[in-house]
Amino acid sequence: MSKFKKNKKRESGAISTASLPDIVFMLLFFFMVATVLRTEEEMVRVIRPEASEIYKIEKKHLIRYVNIGPPQDKRYGTEPVIQLNDQFADVVQIREWVENERLTLAEAEQTKMWVSMKVDQDTKMGVVTDVKQELRKASALKVLYSANSRERTN
Amino acid sequence: MEQQEVREGDVFNVRTNFRDELLVESEVLSVQQLKDGAKDFLIATGTGLLHPERPNVTLRDDNLKYPERQWVRKTELIVLEQSYIAAGQMKGAERVREKLTAIALFGGDYRELPGSALISLQTDRNTSYNLYLQVQNELEAAVNELRDELSLAKFNESYASLEERYGRSKESSLLDKIKAVRLVYPQRISEAEPRDASQGYY
Repeated sequence: MSKFKKNKKRESGAISTASLPDIVFMLLFFFMVATVLRTEEEMVRVIRPEASEIYKIEKKHLIRYVNIGPPQDKRYGTEPVIQLNDQFADVVQIREWVENERLTLAEAEQTKMWVSMKVDQDTKMGVVTDVKQELRKASALKVLYSANSRERTN
Repeated sequence: MEQQEVREGDVFNVRTNFRDELLVESEVLSVQQLKDGAKDFLIATGTGLLHPERPNVTLRDDNLKYPERQWVRKTELIVLEQSYIAAGQMKGAERVREKLTAIALFGGDYRELPGSALISLQTDRNTSYNLYLQVQNELEAAVNELRDELSLAKFNESYASLEERYGRSKESSLLDKIKAVRLVYPQRISEAEPRDASQGYY
């Protein structure tokens, strides 16, 4: 019988939660810094031709882009390729792509979709024509040609 | 639409080949000359009435055949409109009414291009995209310049400015003017199936 016998079991103290916000914020900041927003990255080199009769487009959310040109990365060759969203594609994939892109628009605007073609100026018309034919089959009939501005010639 | 017979001269043929050369109405032209060629085609027989400041157009080549512009007369249109209404063809009547509005705005009858008149563009699969776009651009520039000219003469305002103001205000009086100018200078470009010289037939 010791005088100093502990008659109560000592309670283990609760884990301090004081640093919890620190941890949460640290994670938050880490992901904020490390995240890259998905962007339309051009994987093909496009030097746009110059034209005088051009218009500024206002309703940009209705536009979907098709890029055609030689790949930026030389390992994929030097022949012009088609880029849809952020990957290379074949001509036959265009119809499916148009269908999918149409679904991303509000129902009332699905018929108002425009396809903008960003084509390198040295591309041969063969590829461009094939793409246009496929777009026609997918009934994407509103096509824009992207160009840089210049003065009218006389 | 009723079938219209195509007169020789109603089609303005533009072809490009694999060497990026331009063949316009069987003549080799540069891209710079194309615009004037297209303008000749679009105005050829329609001068005098709408271009008082340009009574005689000097055409690039007298041997070429051009589409014959036909008179659109108010008196005939009024009769036509009645017959459309009687037959219950509202779309036909609407088209006639647009022409009547144009006549009212111009302050007189005008001459229109026949329905079969158009610019035909045929490319080769090995034409460069740049040339194709330059050709499209020049053809559009030809129409736009003529529209501007007409619009300035009649409404004291360029066609481009009409369109720009209409885009902002959606005013129907502006739309009437735009439609009137378009009736005189329609933009009809038809793209033919491309050829492929490398496949042997040429």
